[in-house]
Amino acid sequence: MKETDILIVGAGPAGLSAGIAAAKHGAKVLVIDENRKPGGQLFKQIHKFFGSREHNAGVRGFRIGEKLLEETEALQVEVLLGYPVYGIFEDNLALYGSANGVQSVKAKKLILATGANENNLCIQGSTLPGVMTAGAAQTMVNLHHVQPGSRVVMVGSGNVGLIVSYQMLQAGIDVVAVVEAAPSIGGYGVHANKLRRAGVPFYLSHTINRIMGEDGVQQVELVELDHFKPVPGTEMILDADTVCMAVGLTPMVELARMAGCQMVEIPSLGGVLPLHDEDMCTTNPDVYIAGDISGVEEASTAMEEGRLAGIAAAEALGYLSTECAAQEKDAIRARLNTLRSGDFGQKRADAKEQIVNYFHQGGKQ
Amino acid sequence: MERTPGIPTPERLEQGPVACIECVQCIPCNPCEAACPQKAITVGAEITALPKLDGDRCNGCGICITRCPGLAIFRLHKHYTDTTALVSFPYEYVPLPEQGASVRCSSRDGAFVCEGVVSSVRTAPTFDHTAIVTVEIPKEHLMDVRGIQRKGGQ
Ligand SMILES: Cc1cc2nc3c(=O)[nH]c(=O)nc-3n(C[C@H](O)[C@H](O)[C@H](O)COP(=O)(O)OP(=O)(O)OC[C@H]3O[C@@H](n4cnc5c(N)ncnc54)[C@H](O)[C@@H]3O)c2cc1C
Ligand code: SF4
Repeated sequence: MKETDILIVGAGPAGLSAGIAAAKHGAKVLVIDENRKPGGQLFKQIHKFFGSREHNAGVRGFRIGEKLLEETEALQVEVLLGYPVYGIFEDNLALYGSANGVQSVKAKKLILATGANENNLCIQGSTLPGVMTAGAAQTMVNLHHVQPGSRVVMVGSGNVGLIVSYQMLQAGIDVVAVVEAAPSIGGYGVHANKLRRAGVPFYLSHTINRIMGEDGVQQVELVELDHFKPVPGTEMILDADTVCMAVGLTPMVELARMAGCQMVEIPSLGGVLPLHDEDMCTTNPDVYIAGDISGVEEASTAMEEGRLAGIAAAEALGYLSTECAAQEKDAIRARLNTLRSGDFGQKRADAKEQIVNYFHQGGKQ
Repeated sequence: MERTPGIPTPERLEQGPVACIECVQCIPCNPCEAACPQKAITVGAEITALPKLDGDRCNGCGICITRCPGLAIFRLHKHYTDTTALVSFPYEYVPLPEQGASVRCSSRDGAFVCEGVVSSVRTAPTFDHTAIVTVEIPKEHLMDVRGIQRKGGQ
């Protein structure tokens, strides 16, 4: 059995940042990720990130991942790749896969940075070949250089739907429609405008009714919505061979549940997620969370939350003094506050504050 | 759009090439601020504020165009000749258009506006795979043309 100070599950921006922050103060850190490539979502993000300069805005996503990796290497953080963490058991014992079968590791503190899962829509035809999540299409195009099809209907106009649509265009694929149930675009206007300039049609107040085809997607039926209710007689049919679902993400909380962390439901952050305090510590005092698992946000906030959890865990293990930790944590929280301001961020700021309040009220909603 | 603080004033447009920052939503983003060597762009400590363009400082160099992750910065040169203007925009598709080629210029929503000629295509390692394409167009379309229709059209 392996032993470590801090075990981090997930090598995305949150997990890697947590590892770097804790290792900087001398903690022994092990990071495990089931992907063979570290970096989480970052490794398929070929676009230049928005955000602040401190968070590498203007830099393409995968390069941010590479930078984080270099830092973990310089600090000699151990990163195990290619196998999942299967479960967390009593006394912070975790089981994980390896080439030699299941292994175990005992950690003094755990940081769960498992990210989020993509949601799907169950409609007629949604099991046909050619229907996939936007993230799957993005992986095909950006990592494997394979076109999922030639005419794509994108369902959802949040940033994921907008960015993946743009990347489909860059890969030479036609985006024949971006469909959005709400009367306005969900993601950032600048991302939508890239598509508009390319002549991609937006169908606002519309949804996808059904998908038709024999051995794969051939046609897609859209219908107009009035206050989210289908308007009979407004059905229209588009020719397409691929449907991408970009209909939100749900935090991956299975391991947190196993670790006994109390949950709370916050729809605006993706659904059910572990309660946590201002140090990202859950109701299990040995388990911290960071990134999309604690509410679906962005890479920049994931990195800051990772740092926060890493420092708090190292502090709890005595690697830095309370004063020293307080100073660093305050600086991180201030940066998180600026990231969560403005037209789009305020809702997330409020929801995050609510989680911390619930935590201190003993989990009462 | 006119009230956006990144849009140059009509007077400034008369005076030569200038950046035009079409960033209209308060999102947390500020790489443009550091990109400008002339310090003509200000976002400030509150990084969700809209970028403000100082038209007196901006010399129209175009460096900021490739630094905006939203691809929302353009460069406008109203009086390139007596009848034509230049519009520069970021371009991230392959193949790149060729200098001298006739192209169909399009608006913010991809609609055809007018024919134009590619006056330059700039690439550089520091642009990190975002090219700057400049088209020469009839002057009256300066505030409408923001891109070109790609090969085959849409
Ligand atoms: C299309 C798209 C575009 C985006 N664009 C931007 C942008 O421009 N700017 C921005 O700031 N953000 C952007 N984001 C958001 C950003 O990528 C995510 O918010 C961020 O990656 C979340 O980081 P994370 O570390 O929490 O999770 P992830 O990056 O999802 O990483 C989680 C990791 O945990 C691993 N894992 C999960 N469970 C286990 C287990 N049981 N055992 C082992 N490993 C496990 C996974 O393999 C994964 O590598 C974008 C996201 C998408 C999908
Ligand atoms: S065009 Fe050049 S001088 Fe003008 S704002 Fe952009 S970077 Fe600054």
